[in-house]
Amino acid sequence: MQNVMTICNYCGCGCGVYLCVDNNRVVGSYPSRNHPISRGNLCSKGWHLHQFIHSRNRLREPLLRKNGELLPVSWDEALDVTADALHKSRERSGPDSIGVLASAKCSNEENYLLQKFTRAGLGTNNIDHCARL
Amino acid sequence: MTNSIEELGSADVLLVTGSNTTETHPQIGRNILEAVDGGAKLIVIDPRRTDLAKEAHIHLNLRPGTDIALINCMMRIILDEDLADDLFISMRTENFIPLRDYLHRLDLDELSATTGIELKKIHEAACIYARSSKSVICYCLGVTQHSCGTDNVQAVANLAMLTGNVEKKHSGVDPLRGQNNVQGACDMAALPAVLPGYQAITDSAIRDRFQAVWKREIPAVPGLSLTEMTHSGKDGAIRAMFIMGENPLISDPHLSRVQETFENLDFLAVSDIFLTETAQHAHVVFPAASFAEKRGTITNSERRVQLCRQAIPPIANCRPDSEIIMELGKRLDCPGMDFESSDEIMEEISLLTPIYGGMHYDRLEQSHGLQWPCWNRDHEGTEFLHKYYFTRGKGQFTITRHQEPAERPDRTYPYTLVTGRGSYHHYHTATMTRNSKRLVREYPEALLEINAQDAKTLQLQDGEKVELLSRRGKVRITITITDRVQPGTVFSSFHFFEVPINQLTTSVMDPKSKCPEFKVCSVNLQKVKHD
Repeated sequence: MQNVMTICNYCGCGCGVYLCVDNNRVVGSYPSRNHPISRGNLCSKGWHLHQFIHSRNRLREPLLRKNGELLPVSWDEALDVTADALHKSRERSGPDSIGVLASAKCSNEENYLLQKFTRAGLGTNNIDHCARL
Repeated sequence: MTNSIEELGSADVLLVTGSNTTETHPQIGRNILEAVDGGAKLIVIDPRRTDLAKEAHIHLNLRPGTDIALINCMMRIILDEDLADDLFISMRTENFIPLRDYLHRLDLDELSATTGIELKKIHEAACIYARSSKSVICYCLGVTQHSCGTDNVQAVANLAMLTGNVEKKHSGVDPLRGQNNVQGACDMAALPAVLPGYQAITDSAIRDRFQAVWKREIPAVPGLSLTEMTHSGKDGAIRAMFIMGENPLISDPHLSRVQETFENLDFLAVSDIFLTETAQHAHVVFPAASFAEKRGTITNSERRVQLCRQAIPPIANCRPDSEIIMELGKRLDCPGMDFESSDEIMEEISLLTPIYGGMHYDRLEQSHGLQWPCWNRDHEGTEFLHKYYFTRGKGQFTITRHQEPAERPDRTYPYTLVTGRGSYHHYHTATMTRNSKRLVREYPEALLEINAQDAKTLQLQDGEKVELLSRRGKVRITITITDRVQPGTVFSSFHFFEVPINQLTTSVMDPKSKCPEFKVCSVNLQKVKHD
């Protein structure tokens, strides 16, 4: 068993949490004693932080809608279809016809990349996230 | 937050407004309770009698949407009692005289009647707050989610500046940020009008700096905000969307309008870890790696940038969002989409974002993170903001006037619905918490809080299902009779997709912040008839 120090994925407190990893499965979570926020403590969500990671309901494959139904496809197909659709929308109705929502659940690096992609790649400033919700 | 979370524990007076801290920010709530344990005074402004309000020395249970009247009343009392910090006002602020004159023209009894709180209680709270030099204000979405949200925040800032309760350790104005990385997503400019580090998109010199690194032109006109996009409608300006890790079909106000938009999009791609209600409408769904399956930083409420380490490889055929974005970028000929690690991405961030100038992975790995502004490699980060000067120079007083919420109770819709995160055990649209067995066990279904007096009038029993209606829609929900809410007010969360409470909420928003008025809408309750 291995313990990996990370930060809780729920609220804006940002508690230091150890994830207990056994054979590539996260099987437990417990608080860091030295971390300035958690100080050996977690709330009920933090103590159960590991429980959704291996949930049966996790998405496992890229999905593409064919005849009204979402069906598994390869990564390349899903990415090609998406890039193509965004490209077409930009050609047909201009870059401001595309809207992008980033995520307060994703990392700084991912949010940075997504707004860079939106502004420099798609050519629009239509990017926002749920900061007000 | 202008302060650090740890500082709250040693404050002398804590004024918490519009925040159910112990349930939604449990560890910040813990610091507040520790302060109270050590003798600090706690004042809670909230229409609901939350767990924290029960611990308060004074609970100002105002009528929803009357925050400005209450704060103006407190400020007038502080002036009358000669408790304003004149030295601070003259040296660090501007525009005080018009505010002072405005406050002097107000009638205290009228203000107290507007809020529904007796004047004596407001007087006591104002004096407690103003008499201490270690007074801190914490606020959350109960302040901002109003059609006058920006003015509510300004009123809070006025109160803090009037008493000089900023710029020091243990005293400041602390917005508590909701999501684990909502602070970081804002810092990184997942916002329509700024570039990373809150640098204005309209400033050509700033755009030039980014364009030199990104090697592409950046549009100068600010984009649309979230609700402007999700409410764009059937023939709206938005034709295609890419959504990463969000669930607007549960979280956004006035859901029928969001549905209309999504059903008429030419194309929708969603990247998420679960098949959310929003993903179910998509043309393409990408299976994203969860936080445990990738490496990256997040920024908490006190501006602390912290490293999340990878615990396991991505499960099944999942990939981190960064890979998905870069793959799309490459396909659309976007330059600079070939980073090999999140460490490398942070190097570009620190190059272009002055407040993140000293954020480097080697430093973050060896510490519990660094608080921005952190200007360069030698900078230790910043514990509290506004020491010696405000970001804009002098702190500006602005007159704020009470304004009624967009919807007021009437004959057809006599009750006021307040929404929010309603449980210690669930989070936001609950896609993660409802995939956690024990959390579901603790809080299995959506509940509507209603006062015993109203339940009696409507002849409702605890645990009974009711139909809850507004001008925009209706839901069926189980009631719980409690003194947490005042008569005339009901409360529910938006955690449960079976009870999409945002079918009812209004799309009226603050004109400046575009923050929807989730905290006030008029509703009616009807008994469900059994055949």
